[in-house]
Amino acid sequence: MVKFAVVVFPGTNCDFETERAIRKAGAEAERVWYRASLKDFDGVVLPGGFSYADYLRAGAIAARQKIMDEVKEFAEEGRPVLGICNGFQVLTEAGLLPGALRPNRVPRFLCRWVHLRVNDTETPFTSLYEPGEVIRMPIAHAEGNYYTDDPSKVRVVFQYSDENGNVTEEANPNGSVLNIAAIANEGGNVLGTMPHPERASDRFLGSEDGLKVFRSMVEWARR
Amino acid sequence: MKWKVTVIVRLKEGLNDPEGRVIGNALRNLGYAVENLRVPKCFEFELDSEKPEKEVEEMCRRLLANPLIHSWEYSIEPVS
Repeated sequence: MVKFAVVVFPGTNCDFETERAIRKAGAEAERVWYRASLKDFDGVVLPGGFSYADYLRAGAIAARQKIMDEVKEFAEEGRPVLGICNGFQVLTEAGLLPGALRPNRVPRFLCRWVHLRVNDTETPFTSLYEPGEVIRMPIAHAEGNYYTDDPSKVRVVFQYSDENGNVTEEANPNGSVLNIAAIANEGGNVLGTMPHPERASDRFLGSEDGLKVFRSMVEWARR
Repeated sequence: MKWKVTVIVRLKEGLNDPEGRVIGNALRNLGYAVENLRVPKCFEFELDSEKPEKEVEEMCRRLLANPLIHSWEYSIEPVS
């Protein structure tokens, strides 16, 4: 059975939910303290939370820890690397994904459900979605305002939209360039998402739309 | 040789500074004619180094700033 590491930094707080969602998707998952090693895993997930209390910039200090050298090796070898919320911030700060996540346009913490348009189904994390599918997931962040100086070079995976899939300014919760909610690297095997798929992985949570992120990832890792 | 270092990191020109906007609005509400308030970050530390300029520049680039969205400046003085 394929096995995923869920990396825990001081301040990470979505590790249990992420571990549970991966198991529900059919793989083994183990929470791994950031001082441990990632060998013997098939993929790695950097979950949400507030690593190092978001001091300096969200994700900045976690991105410079030694374990990230191993995460970079995973990425270079084409194995799946998923960063959720704070994990997305860590991946951009570590240079594994382009761009930066700035404080929200309206300077406050946003915690609510959003609609997303699936823009790219050719990645290991989105292969089970339909192109253009509209899904629901929650966001919970203060620094989710995605910025890049060259949007044409970014592989946009999810965009904030209205419930009909229209990518409008009103549907953009945080001011992100091009309503970007999730991006992948050029090879597609590194994904950063501000919305939390693990918080939309069971009907009792209000939506199961996020589970396909983990199911796609597990199915892809099995091949 | 020991140095006293002050680094100031700023959001680049043209990038929105939401915290600055809120603080600017609060000052305007108090009756001050404040415009374009920005909130840079300031770091002060002592550094034992033979090449302080090179090391401080490196620190800014590697951690204290995000070169995509920040600019920085610093002063380096000998500790008396």
